[in-house]
Amino acid sequence: MSYSGGRILLSSQREGQVSRFRAWVLLVVPLAAILFQVYVPLFFGFLGFVEMPLLVVVYFALMRRNQVSGMLVGALVGLAQDSLSKVPLGMYGIVKTLVGYFAASVGMRLDVDHNFIRLLLSFVFFMFHQILFWVMERALLSHQPAFELQRWLVLGLLNALIGAALFHFLDKLRETA
Amino acid sequence: MEGFLNRYRNITVLLLVIFAQLVLVAVQVKNDQDVRMIRVWTVSAVTPVARILEGLRGGGVGFVRNYITLHDTNAENRRLVEENGRLKLENTFLKNEVNRADRAKALEMFQTHTPSKMLAATVIGMAAGANSKVVFVDRGSGSGVMRGMAVVTPDGIVGKVIAAYPTASEVMLIDDPDFAAGVMSQKSQVRGTLKGDGTPLCRVDYVPLEEKVAVGEWFYTSGDDRVFPQGFPVGAIKAVRPGTGFQEILVAPSGIEHGPPEDVLILIQGVHQEIPDTPQVNQPIYIAPPPPIATTQATAPTGTTGATGTDADKLRAIYKAVGEEQGHTYGVGEVGSKPPDFTKLPSTQPGGRVPPGAPASRGPAAAGPAGAPAPTAVSPQRPPATEPPQTDRPPDLPPAKKQTAETPADASRRANQAAGVPKGPPH
Repeated sequence: MSYSGGRILLSSQREGQVSRFRAWVLLVVPLAAILFQVYVPLFFGFLGFVEMPLLVVVYFALMRRNQVSGMLVGALVGLAQDSLSKVPLGMYGIVKTLVGYFAASVGMRLDVDHNFIRLLLSFVFFMFHQILFWVMERALLSHQPAFELQRWLVLGLLNALIGAALFHFLDKLRETA
Repeated sequence: MEGFLNRYRNITVLLLVIFAQLVLVAVQVKNDQDVRMIRVWTVSAVTPVARILEGLRGGGVGFVRNYITLHDTNAENRRLVEENGRLKLENTFLKNEVNRADRAKALEMFQTHTPSKMLAATVIGMAAGANSKVVFVDRGSGSGVMRGMAVVTPDGIVGKVIAAYPTASEVMLIDDPDFAAGVMSQKSQVRGTLKGDGTPLCRVDYVPLEEKVAVGEWFYTSGDDRVFPQGFPVGAIKAVRPGTGFQEILVAPSGIEHGPPEDVLILIQGVHQEIPDTPQVNQPIYIAPPPPIATTQATAPTGTTGATGTDADKLRAIYKAVGEEQGHTYGVGEVGSKPPDFTKLPSTQPGGRVPPGAPASRGPAAAGPAGAPAPTAVSPQRPPATEPPQTDRPPDLPPAKKQTAETPADASRRANQAAGVPKGPPH
């Protein structure tokens, strides 16, 4: 892994290197993330807290450093997640679209190869995802979900740790220049 | 204008995408309808992969288990051949029966004994999203599954189908907060509405304060909801406390007691059943040993085989003995021939025992106060101290059963009990 001289902030967008992925990676990794969320908790219930689709969206958005690309990945993964859940289509789609957009925006300004940044961003976007979804459930669906801030904080930390490890693995799927 | 769009291209695309999805959500919420096509695409893309994964997992686990089981069985067989041929045959037979009594067998038994038409299905995935209480099963509209069908196991109700796709169906579990079903208590026939709570326990709402329900009492489906036919077990009451206007009742759902089951049954055509009168029984049932065959055979030549059996059997034995003494063969004499003289019947001891020529039947049991035969004096509820009680674990051949050859039906029944069928109430 290459670090930008220990700096976290990039002085210009050109400093950040845009990562490229093969087409099959862009197709298979999100599908695998959704399958993970659908299939794995069936046998390992304790892994139900892992928001693998969100982590994948954050990773691709950060590394591609392109807002449109980030939001499209987020929208597609979110809609797929909606399709496999009982919420109306678009709920996860909107949340993940925004996550993808903001992650790509952040990725243009920060050194996203830095482990600490990845950890922090995974945590922040997990919290953003949970809170925004909670707001949308109340506003759009008139549901009354519980606001479980403490639980989300713990799960956010765990997801961030898993995200850091996952990003390290996904780095190996990047196309080398 | 063009410069403006170029400058704000990204934010414009974002707003468009968000707006499109907002419209999508609004349409679904307003019409209370789903955009089915997108879901069909996704489910059709994901579930085949999940089925393959499940197949690989099941195959792998099955191979390992079968290999280990086979290995153990072979080793045990070798030892048993050296010990005793009869024991080897018996042991192999019982082991096969136990292996056969897997979940599918239990479901099949349940299907056989339940009038409703059912379809067996396997859970292949959980729905996406944290704390999801929705699962996917491998049977879809292609197999006749429709939205709204009930999903059960022999232990109790599991949920209902909320969407049927060509290759899979989506099942909302009963602990989902959106789930509701009409239920009725077993003893007092109190009706209520079962609701999921997102926790392992479910609530039963709308039970008036004056109604009497007790902890431990079972709830069954009432059939009022037109989803679950009447008479399917729901669960036992874990807590009852007075609430505002109604009682607060918490029920432990028996169908998902250990999480979502791996195999379920979808009610294709539900038939209402009676709610059983007897309380839910989870205790092991003791089976009394058979009557001593050797004693009966020993007394047979003397013509007093009535040492055991019903009073009618004993009486029949006496008359048979009298007939034989007088050289009469029953069923042979012609019309008008002389019948045996039944005025000279031998006197009987209390309890129907015949004193002469029956030494084997006059054991300690016959010397009891009433002289009742009472084979080993064991009641069904209370096993003798020398006999270990039968438990509901897979049988290790209890001593009582070793005394006689077990029929395949007996072994199958006990194997199914071990597989979990009797956890549910009697149907």
